[in-house]
Amino acid sequence: MSLHLVKDTPAVIGVLDLQGGVYEHLDHLERLGITGRRVKEENDFNDLAGLIIPGGESTCLKRLLSIFGLQEVIVRHYQRGMKIWGTCAGAILLAKKIVNEETCLGLMDMEIERNGFGSQLDSFAAEAVMPQVAAESIPLTFIRAPKILRVGPDVRILLRMDDYIAAAEDDNILVTVFHPELTGCLALHRYFAQKCGIKSAVSASGSIDPRWQTHSWTRLARIV
Amino acid sequence: MDTKRHELNIQLAQMLKGGVIMDVTNVEQAKIAEEAGAVAVMALERVPADIRKDGGVARMSDPAMIAEIKKAVSIPVMAKARIGHFVEAQILEALKIDYIDESEVLTPADEECHIDKTKFKIPFVCGARNLGEALRRIAEGAAMIRTKGEAGTGNVVEAVRHMRTMNREIRQLAEMPKEEVTGFAKANGLPYELTLKVKELGRLPVVNFAAGGIATPADAAMMMQLGCDGIFVGSGIFKSADPALRAKAIVKATAYFNDPQKVLEASMGLGEAMPGLEIGQIPPEQLLAGRGW
Repeated sequence: MSLHLVKDTPAVIGVLDLQGGVYEHLDHLERLGITGRRVKEENDFNDLAGLIIPGGESTCLKRLLSIFGLQEVIVRHYQRGMKIWGTCAGAILLAKKIVNEETCLGLMDMEIERNGFGSQLDSFAAEAVMPQVAAESIPLTFIRAPKILRVGPDVRILLRMDDYIAAAEDDNILVTVFHPELTGCLALHRYFAQKCGIKSAVSASGSIDPRWQTHSWTRLARIV
Repeated sequence: MDTKRHELNIQLAQMLKGGVIMDVTNVEQAKIAEEAGAVAVMALERVPADIRKDGGVARMSDPAMIAEIKKAVSIPVMAKARIGHFVEAQILEALKIDYIDESEVLTPADEECHIDKTKFKIPFVCGARNLGEALRRIAEGAAMIRTKGEAGTGNVVEAVRHMRTMNREIRQLAEMPKEEVTGFAKANGLPYELTLKVKELGRLPVVNFAAGGIATPADAAMMMQLGCDGIFVGSGIFKSADPALRAKAIVKATAYFNDPQKVLEASMGLGEAMPGLEIGQIPPEQLLAGRGW
């Protein structure tokens, strides 16, 4: 008789590693003591509890997803229960409707507009309170950000600003048009981990990691 | 420029990591580039290979032409200003493009001064042959660095030389006791505070792309394996036999640069690459990488 042990594999959050802000997300996951992994091959997705689709250029990400057939792979794992968080370009790929463009993954009932603010000169930083996510006000970085124009009935709005929606979720997907990974804010990463059923190994002491710096990501991309 | 703006500008460049930025000379090419998966386009009237051939003074492109390209695509648009030509840079900022390349591909407007980039809200990318050039440009306010390579040659040898030089200097610095850093900084003309930062980080504090002479998927993957954060392709795409096919192939090879099987697939059946130039055959006064300091 063989003894069946419950294999205690650590829950992993993957970061789609095709183009864009991959290291920045991995850096934040590490700060929370969560195992993160770069994913770009079909087998990389197998045991993921969650997937982060980072910011980058959505047209480039779309192109690469379709060339390498990863669109179907992501949808399949989503159907198995993998949660997904799209930041900026990632949110565009998840939307059911993109203004003037073809849908990519189409998993989230919302309409989104690419590059909703203008050129890089219109990129900006702000602060806001997202009560579901953190008690205190958190920093928000918008870089050539899209605007979520409307969401369907099953989608909950997490942050509304001026004439657009900046963050939203349904039971399986989180979207933010801003970049928490480009600030010291860990609250959204902690929130997404919870959604994936992962508890941060680091006890929560506020939403902001004071040790974070703009160039913190570079420690994962050293030349030496 | 305030610190926050500078940070946002550095961060836009971070979002381009792992991507390919392509030179385009008209709306049609810009659309081909976007469709192929470029993360940004560089709008200019003539690609470096033609600038090299035509000779004469190469200046900032017609803003009307840049504006048309800006209207045609939704990815970031970059354009080139001459080294030191701060008014060309003011014009490009007023045009509200996304990034300015203070570029040695154009004829320098000032042989002593580069643009004081801290005076602008718009981000700048600058070329560098070594750590000294890179850090001096960052000190002047550049938010992104690229190798100079030798533009318009389809010959990757100079880009490789520049990346290897930077890597070697960073390695030396990382291993050096701190008391030797002052002398190293003095000998190489390195701004001291930034030198200490590079020593600590083991790389540049901003993204560093490859540029100058990249013509094939293999060139792109090689530069990525040498530690570049992304790729500029100038003449390499639209001077080749099948630009759309080659553009897609270079995007693929850049994303999967560590996967020889995928780079192999990307390299198949692309037709003729752009004609190449042996660096030794170019008269020294026509070398572009020597422009700027």
